Amino acid sequence: MSGLLRRSPWRRPVVLATWTWLYVAWMFVPVVIAFVFSFNGGRSRSVWQGFSLRWWTEDPNASFLHDESLHSALRNSLILAVLTMLIATPLGVALAVGLARWQAKIAKGANWLMLIPLVTPEIVMGASLLLVFSNLYTGVPLGRPAQLLGHVTFSMSYVVVVSRGRLLSIGRDYEEAARDLGATAIQALRMVLLPLLAPAILASFVIVFAMSIDDFVISSFLSSGASSETVPVRIYSAVRTSSTPALNALASFLVFSSLFALALGMLGMTAYRRRRGGGDGESVLTEFAKFEM
Amino acid sequence: MRKHEGQWLWGLLAGPGTIWLLLLFALPFYGLACVAFGEIDPIFRNAVAAWNPLDWRFENFGEVMGEILTGSLRRVFVRTFAYVLSAVVLSFLIGYPVAYYLARHAGRWRGLLLALMILPFWVNYLMRMLAWVNLLQVDGWATKAFSAFGFQYNFLDGKGITVIFGLVYGYVPFLVLPLYASLERLDVRLLEAARDLGAGPANAFRMVTMPLSRPGMMAAGVIIALPMFGDYYTNDMLSRSPATEMIGNQVDFYLNGTTQPQKGAVLVLVLSALLVVFMSYYLVTTMRMQRELQA
Repeated sequence: MSGLLRRSPWRRPVVLATWTWLYVAWMFVPVVIAFVFSFNGGRSRSVWQGFSLRWWTEDPNASFLHDESLHSALRNSLILAVLTMLIATPLGVALAVGLARWQAKIAKGANWLMLIPLVTPEIVMGASLLLVFSNLYTGVPLGRPAQLLGHVTFSMSYVVVVSRGRLLSIGRDYEEAARDLGATAIQALRMVLLPLLAPAILASFVIVFAMSIDDFVISSFLSSGASSETVPVRIYSAVRTSSTPALNALASFLVFSSLFALALGMLGMTAYRRRRGGGDGESVLTEFAKFEM
Repeated sequence: MRKHEGQWLWGLLAGPGTIWLLLLFALPFYGLACVAFGEIDPIFRNAVAAWNPLDWRFENFGEVMGEILTGSLRRVFVRTFAYVLSAVVLSFLIGYPVAYYLARHAGRWRGLLLALMILPFWVNYLMRMLAWVNLLQVDGWATKAFSAFGFQYNFLDGKGITVIFGLVYGYVPFLVLPLYASLERLDVRLLEAARDLGAGPANAFRMVTMPLSRPGMMAAGVIIALPMFGDYYTNDMLSRSPATEMIGNQVDFYLNGTTQPQKGAVLVLVLSALLVVFMSYYLVTTMRMQRELQA
């Protein structure tokens, strides 16, 4: 059907193709330039002064390798992302499974409650969390503890959405077969449903990690000053100052960390497929793409 | 009846997440109202939350509302709507052709292009803005390229157009993906039928593709407009000037820069009230789409 269509009556859309590739260039060229400038020989982030590793390794004080304040921002970002991932994923997967099967009346309310964070602007969440931590939950200090609670809150719903998609495609047949063969509800969950959910769990890990790394608003509202600064907060506060290309190095490193997480996730998915088979000819990447839509 | 067996298990699984969201999402939002309608400590002049709705006071709320309706905040609100509207329209003009090409004509490039469309999600937003700050500085490459064409301009000097551009650049990837998803689902046979019945490409697009992709367009537009309304960091990075301030900047100012969080709280409440229409529209339509897909 579509083979026939792709041929005659439709002209080759040269304009559209050009537009699309220009869009791709527009998206990535600035970022690549920013990365290249981390190798600038001079202090400028906008004028090229020759290649050097000065801002990555060589400068004894201000380079990415030697500036302790840059390390601290990076450490904060990574620790926060890993902890968020480890807390939000189990909570979210359990919530998704529970909501899909639970028939009590509150389940419907819980379902709406889970959906609202997906459309709530971050500033609303950040502002309300800041006020509640400073007025009611005064036992939670601003800084990493508050940031962690905030990050889990905004990322949990995405885990639910990702897992729910997978739950729907699994259906209930396998679980019911297990129950018919004498498994208890918990056994069916542990031995049938959970292994089938593995791709969604893996994708959730990666997505939550990336969302936490990417977050600026919540981290900033709930930070307690320089000691709990994450990389995005650092970029925000340094970008309009005359800070050196080490800032570009830091930002680039952060991007590589999330790409590394993505690569790990894709490797994991490939390994899972090889062991279990299936995957209906789709690439791992399109599977990730579907998770994000 | 197997059906009701094990219900406790499902409740137990859903419990922790639900309680988490109640305590850290629903209750904080209520707390926002309690601060907005709370009192000011007469001695320390700080905001005291009124947790009992019966104690709510509306002076502070009225004061801020007055500023929004007739005072200094009015321009900020109008500006926010103008910026967001322009940015959304521009995003459509840029993103729709991309999504359309991807869904309909990309052919063997589709896999690669789809990967490239997702990649910006993995590049930190602030890094993407940082990249533009570097390029748009007075001695930056973009500024130089413009001045080579005789166009001298200081982009980072509180220019609304730069802020709108930044919003478009930041959020357009979030538009392209859902648009692509809705265009890709579109039944090609309907287009064939339109062409067979004599419609030219332009008419087929206008009378078939556009109407059929409208729900997807609405959802995609809403999903980028919502964060734009609360954005303040794009503005701060690319302008940092009172001349381009948006609602988000005022919220950030009151909550993080002053001892008047109650004013920030009112602003967030007003913002949420304005956005609740968009939010529910998005939730209801996506729920409906999902149900249709399942059926």
